[in-house]
Amino acid sequence: MMPLQAEPAARAIAKPGESVEIAPGVHWIGALDPTLRTFDIILRTANGTTYNSYMVRGTDGVAIIDTVKAEFADDFFARIESVARYDEIRIIVLNHLEPDHTGALPELMRRAPQAKLYISTRATAMLKALLKPKEDKGPLAFETVGTGDEVSLGDRTLRFLHTPFLHWPDTQCTYLVEEGVLFSGDVFGCHYCDTRLLNDRCGDFRFAFDYYYAHIMRPFKTHVMDALKLIEPLPLKTIAPTHGPILRDRPRRYITRYRELSTASFADKIGNEERSLIIFYMSAYGSTARMAEAICAGAEEQPGLRVSLYDLEGGETQPFVDLIESADALALGSPTINGDAVKPIWDLLSSLAVIDLKGKLGAAFGSYGWTGEAVRMIEDRMRGLKMRVPVAGLRVKLIPTDEELDECRAFGRDIASAIASGEKGRVIDFAELG
Amino acid sequence: MAKAKITFSDIDQTVNVPAGTRIIEVSEKIGAGIIYGCREGDCGTCMTHVEEGWNNLTEPSVLEEKVLRENMASRHDRLACQAQILGDCKVKPA
Ligand SMILES: Cc1cc2nc3c(=O)[nH]c(=O)nc-3n(C[C@H](O)[C@H](O)[C@H](O)COP(=O)(O)O)c2cc1C
Ligand code: FES
Ligand SMILES: [Fe+2]
Ligand SMILES: [Fe+2]
Repeated sequence: MMPLQAEPAARAIAKPGESVEIAPGVHWIGALDPTLRTFDIILRTANGTTYNSYMVRGTDGVAIIDTVKAEFADDFFARIESVARYDEIRIIVLNHLEPDHTGALPELMRRAPQAKLYISTRATAMLKALLKPKEDKGPLAFETVGTGDEVSLGDRTLRFLHTPFLHWPDTQCTYLVEEGVLFSGDVFGCHYCDTRLLNDRCGDFRFAFDYYYAHIMRPFKTHVMDALKLIEPLPLKTIAPTHGPILRDRPRRYITRYRELSTASFADKIGNEERSLIIFYMSAYGSTARMAEAICAGAEEQPGLRVSLYDLEGGETQPFVDLIESADALALGSPTINGDAVKPIWDLLSSLAVIDLKGKLGAAFGSYGWTGEAVRMIEDRMRGLKMRVPVAGLRVKLIPTDEELDECRAFGRDIASAIASGEKGRVIDFAELG
Repeated sequence: MAKAKITFSDIDQTVNVPAGTRIIEVSEKIGAGIIYGCREGDCGTCMTHVEEGWNNLTEPSVLEEKVLRENMASRHDRLACQAQILGDCKVKPA
């Protein structure tokens, strides 16, 4: 847990109090945070992170693109002062309002009161919530911008790309037309701290890049695809994200990687025509397992549906999350133990925030002894995760009889036909949605 | 009860709903691409573009108008957590 900065690396590019020129007239003015190990509660990092902020100088003034986390404001201002005066700053672009990039904003606005803020059209409410402006201090000087909007610095042009939900509603990217630099915000970023700063100089950060995507961007895959459509046609020399290495060597590789990571691989393999139901269960004495098998058999009768059956006890959560991401429907079986579903079920359900579950179909079942709360609790959680639960859960008291196993098969068939009724084009009745 | 059809053009699905249902209630269950935040007409996250049947939704409230303005809504945008469906319409995420 020793700070990495204790030993100033001989090959350091980012040095205290100095900015780093990453393209003609474009400077990195960010901050290094080498001792950080946990970010936003949900992410880990083995060597810290950086808060990248940039300055662009034109013949007609200076633009600052994003700021840094509040604790690192001193580093940021020292680096600004090494390349610009505050009275030259005309423009402050905020690609993302999360506090790791806006912590130093109030102080920057105080030092450069003439500067105007440029935020995405989706960011107004967020900006007001962040700065909580006082009415008597006069209105905030900001402008909202969308795809294709430009602001000029004389010989330099900043052009905006509207890329919402990467990973907040307010996010956007900013493109410096003349130099082919994309200031991408958290997109293409990673938590990786290296004083060598440039992707072709620093250590191997591919793991950190994929990990960041998996935890931050993955829930927003369709928005990533929309953003890539705007980004891919741009002539690009450098991608300058808000965290981690600056991607100046073959920047397109990272765009390609985002496209790969955002494309569902399972669908490619089994074909888009086929639908998929995954059944997971936990079972202490085999009753819920017997139910699961019968549900599987019933669902399998539906043509065009691939059904998979797994005992949660036998696997790790992560690959199961991948499976669920590319499935159309998820059925979970749990016995009721002490008035609740069992922990592996909750562990699985609480790991699903990294994928988009919206509209996936959910169903719950399980054996119980006298109260049987588990099934209803799983259904409620599924609804909370924005899944639809059109078929009411199935409970069996203790050991299933042959008749009850028939009910399980019928339950499986009902789930299967609810999946099939989601076909495009058909008019669905509201009551069917559950 | 009067019924109305709402089509979510991003996923090409149509649902027959009781008149008065809010767009959010349907889009969430069917899995359309509209995203939600506060669910009470404050955050603007659920902005939805109405492609057809603009007049078949309840009128926006003063508060909704304000949030739409703040989020630079275009002319036929609504908040899905506020607008209630009165007749046939077609929507997609804004
Ligand atoms: C990765 C990440 C995801 C977030 N997702 C949401 C969200 O889905 N909805 C929301 O209302 N806020 C979301 N937020 C915003 C946080 O709730 C917000 O920044 C809050 O003020 C953090 O509180 P804290 O300072 O106690 O951590 C998210 C923040 C992060 C970092
Ligand atoms: S969800 Fe917040 S305004 Fe509709
Ligand atoms: Fe962020
Ligand atoms: Fe960030």
